[in-house]
Amino acid sequence: MTMLRHAAAIAAKDLRSEFRTKESINSTLSFSVVILLLFSFAFDPSPDMIAEFGGGLLWMVFAFAGALIVNRSFARELPNDCIDVLVASPASGASLFLGKAVACFVLLFGIECICLPVFGIFYNITWWRSLWALLGVLALGTWALACVGTFFSALTVNLRLRELMLPMLLYPMLIPALLSVMMLTNTLLTGQALPPDFSVWLRLLVGFNIMFTTLSVYLAETILVR
Amino acid sequence: MRTKVILGLGAVALPLLLRNLYVIMFLVPDEMEQGPIYRIFYYHLPAFLVAACGYLTALVASVMYLVKKDQKYDAIAVAATETALAFAAVNLVTGMIWGRIIWGIWWAWDPRLTWALISWLVYFGYLMLRSAIDDPTERAKNSAVLSIFGSASVAVTWKAIEWWRTQHPGPVLSIRTGGVQKIDPMMENMIYVNFLALLLLGVIFMLVRLRQEEVQREIDGLRRYAHAAN
Amino acid sequence: MSAPAVAAAGVWKYFGDYPALRDVRFDLGAGECLALLGRNGAGKTTLLRILGGLSGASKGNVLINGGEVRASETRARIGWLGHSIGLYDELTARENLRTFGSLYGVTAGTVSEWLARVNLAHVADSPVREYSRGMRQRLAVARAFLHGPRLLLLDEPFTSLDDKAIALLQGLLTAARAEGVTIILSTHQIREAMELASFVALLDRGKLAHFGERTAEMLNDPGYLYRTFGSAA
Repeated sequence: MTMLRHAAAIAAKDLRSEFRTKESINSTLSFSVVILLLFSFAFDPSPDMIAEFGGGLLWMVFAFAGALIVNRSFARELPNDCIDVLVASPASGASLFLGKAVACFVLLFGIECICLPVFGIFYNITWWRSLWALLGVLALGTWALACVGTFFSALTVNLRLRELMLPMLLYPMLIPALLSVMMLTNTLLTGQALPPDFSVWLRLLVGFNIMFTTLSVYLAETILVR
Repeated sequence: MRTKVILGLGAVALPLLLRNLYVIMFLVPDEMEQGPIYRIFYYHLPAFLVAACGYLTALVASVMYLVKKDQKYDAIAVAATETALAFAAVNLVTGMIWGRIIWGIWWAWDPRLTWALISWLVYFGYLMLRSAIDDPTERAKNSAVLSIFGSASVAVTWKAIEWWRTQHPGPVLSIRTGGVQKIDPMMENMIYVNFLALLLLGVIFMLVRLRQEEVQREIDGLRRYAHAAN
Repeated sequence: MSAPAVAAAGVWKYFGDYPALRDVRFDLGAGECLALLGRNGAGKTTLLRILGGLSGASKGNVLINGGEVRASETRARIGWLGHSIGLYDELTARENLRTFGSLYGVTAGTVSEWLARVNLAHVADSPVREYSRGMRQRLAVARAFLHGPRLLLLDEPFTSLDDKAIALLQGLLTAARAEGVTIILSTHQIREAMELASFVALLDRGKLAHFGERTAEMLNDPGYLYRTFGSAA
């Protein structure tokens, strides 16, 4: 209980800081829209093609956006050595990590909810046909990105090439989650009938989330107490 | 002592490698459908098995480091990862050569091929992270944690990609086919014998690398002493 | 007999093969004030970080009031003031204190009280970014004292403070001592430290070269300690 209260305090603090400066929100949002725009030059967006890999495109954008968001997560604590004060406080490493991961999740999910209609307009898709299932799948994929990303943000925060190192470590490890969420999003975006292997991908995504959330919560203290 | 072990292993490995090369090139028969190119398989599969042993060793050493906080385990983890990456590269390259001859293309997005590449990238990231951290204790701890994450991810990816698509030839070794003999027993034995030879080679690489790591740590410690004295 | 406020038992800290702390052991009773002295790189900050639970000892252990440092209850009673102020520039003073306060279960009333005590009540709702250096330092002091800690760990607290903040901090530290709070502070300003301290520890290249009560010689002659217990180099 205390752990959740501490995590909530950290998440609220991170979100308040972010909304005050809007540093990562603004840059990530404009970056995402630019990428969405660039895709239309890379190929001719016919409806058939979008039905085939719309989910993949969308998650490419979200993966880029996610790396920008999580990069700021622990970097935000660097000026004035705030991380020391947080680690010295009664909050455990696990609750610090959880709070920060939740803040990243909220930011990223918000950005996704803005990108989705933009994507729909640019590529002429009626994406809301199975809205709740789609949002559920997006939330699962976003948690995978926010959870592993925030953990790696803690892992790389003191490095010189942090901005480069983080995505390089993050993307290969996220492949199972990205693969399944792309498959699921693809289907739900265009309102196609659910394929028989639907539940396999869903189970994979949920399993990935459980596994990596457990690992991160368990190892957060090891990383934060130096 | 360590030197004698390395030399001793080398004395066993070298003749065995040469003998295997001779047997593979001149004694085992051609495969019916593929012709002579299938011989690359005697290196392709054993190299993968050695790499897998290396990845596993690195995982165990990383967990041991976090439990015991002894730099020795960190040295084992990095030596095992680097050796495994070298053998995984052999596995990838031989696979690509084989693919060029049989499939007509250098690269196919086949699950095992994709998996091999992803795991290579994951463990390469481990080495990149190491090179970016200066303090040896911090480096050992953070990279041990990353190695555990990497192993978990690589294990999940294995399953994920199998569901995704498949093109790679199925398992041939009888231990994986449930006792069904898919290839000539002589060929299968040769795979095991060459696995042994490559494994010896891998252990030698690892021991040499381990010693480098220890010397490096000693130099680093002495340098810090020298700085502290001023 | 109750456990000492701070008990360090054979603490070692390695950076690779290099020992930054070597077998540091001491017991400090409740209500004492320990001045931690030593040259740059002697291990003062490393030791303080281990005492505060920011960093783990490689060997040996530290008990605060008989409890492990990484136990949440133990850390709830520790106040930490490091080199940097440990505050968020984009948040207001009140938001900063509330955020940290909520980790310790401190009420909004206490936050307002402290803002008044460090003379920042009139600017409590403007972001810390707009503060002058002295104001930021006073807020940092308030942050460290906010939850009424029973052990204060201060890493060179006087080094970058302006005169107003020094006066404030000295007043607070004297008051804390009167209430029986244990204090450990590392410092180069030997004179200020000696006036507060009841015990003195000298670190020399990671070793505890001296640990004992502050004597009259130390108060009168700041160089005495280094001459007597420090190494020739």
